[in-house]
Amino acid sequence: MRSLHTDEIIKNVREMCIEANLQLAPDMTEAIHNGLENETGNLARQILGQLEQNMQIAKEDKIPICQDTGMAVFFVNVGQDLHIEGMSLTDAINEGVRQGYTDGYLRKSVVKDPLLRENTKDNTPAIIHYDIVPGDKLEILIAPKGFGSENMSKLYMLKPADGEEGVKNAILQAVSEAGPNACPPLVVGVGIGGDFELCAKLAKKALTRNVNESSKLPHIKEIEDEVLDKINHLGIGPGGLGGRTTALAVNIETYATHIAGLPVAVNMCCHVNRHVKRTL
Amino acid sequence: MDIKITTPLSKEELIKLHSGDYVYISGTIYSARDAAHKRMYETMEKGEKLPFDIKDNVIYYLGPTPAREGQVIGSAGPTTASRMDKYTPRLLDSGLSGMIGKGKRSKEVIDAIVRNKCVYFAAVGGAGALLSKCIKKSEVIAYDDLGTEAIRKMEVEDFPVIVVIDSKGNNLYETAVEQFLAKEVEK
Ligand code: SF4
Repeated sequence: MRSLHTDEIIKNVREMCIEANLQLAPDMTEAIHNGLENETGNLARQILGQLEQNMQIAKEDKIPICQDTGMAVFFVNVGQDLHIEGMSLTDAINEGVRQGYTDGYLRKSVVKDPLLRENTKDNTPAIIHYDIVPGDKLEILIAPKGFGSENMSKLYMLKPADGEEGVKNAILQAVSEAGPNACPPLVVGVGIGGDFELCAKLAKKALTRNVNESSKLPHIKEIEDEVLDKINHLGIGPGGLGGRTTALAVNIETYATHIAGLPVAVNMCCHVNRHVKRTL
Repeated sequence: MDIKITTPLSKEELIKLHSGDYVYISGTIYSARDAAHKRMYETMEKGEKLPFDIKDNVIYYLGPTPAREGQVIGSAGPTTASRMDKYTPRLLDSGLSGMIGKGKRSKEVIDAIVRNKCVYFAAVGGAGALLSKCIKKSEVIAYDDLGTEAIRKMEVEDFPVIVVIDSKGNNLYETAVEQFLAKEVEK
């Protein structure tokens, strides 16, 4: 059986926290650039230009792209033939977050109790979603999530009779309500199906998919394309100040659901859609 | 139109700013976000003195990342303004001139902006590295225990913002989208 020591996990998580906050993946920078090329309005172009400049400065001067360096959200696939040595895997991930957010000069944005609101001062605890998968590898994906956009997310428990139209309207409604608050241009993560909590998790997972990639399911891809086009005709635009580039992508993930239900979750993300994946 | 202004901002200057103007701010501004607003509000409720004089001044809704060695401040972009809506009318009625943030404001805030002839500016959300370059000095002056949410006194130079809601209540978030849609239909 393959063994992996938690020291190795801590070291990698630490680096991933820092990397994710200083640089976006090429698919995101390309999508922002395409948005700029496609805009005609002066203000919209100016804002998208600022976003490009901002990414350049972030990379060169090691200043986080955005001051909201987020809550550290993880999707972790644990190979069922892997043996983890050292401390508990959850403790190791949290230790990596602690080190990454401290050594990387990232913002500590987590309060211990949602009502008492005392800052934990090291950005822990992280939010970790585990999956057990075949094999002997550990796949870690970090997606630091800012809350300006998180706060504009929605969960709708639709009826089966609402169908495809109901789903499309729900997504459009969520984006319209978010308007300028979620720092457009947005990436819209959508979950359809499952139950109450899985649906929301699917929506978050959808945000980690490459923005150039469509759903493999033809009927879902059609919804992604149609809704993206409709969103970009809402006029919200970069910074919510008018324009064509309201969203860069609509990514939908689906799961089986109950005969009585059609849950739809819309997890809003800004243009600072960060994610880094490593396999150990 | 591009305009340069220097804080503090008098009513005469504020009424000259129009929704849609691109403005470069220089001078002193103060950072305060959720927790600092709550505390300032409670301080005022008790009839006590605020940690800085808000009269004619500008508050920036900001919680920066920590500065590296040799940097004035870390990433420093705006946070969502609507979370401060509950506390804002009271600050505007007490003399605050302007706010820098991002996102929509409540009707109560817009009414208070018009009543007091103030201005709500937006900075570009998610451009914190770029905006940090316009901050030349930064010093925590109150609520140090709040960490990133402490109140900072900052010197800014040509800090780029857009007038979203002007002293007459014109709201760029509404008009810009309407104008864009009207133009697209024409095409
Ligand atoms: S919504 Fe995104 S870009 Fe805007 S402040 Fe939050 S993390 Fe930054």
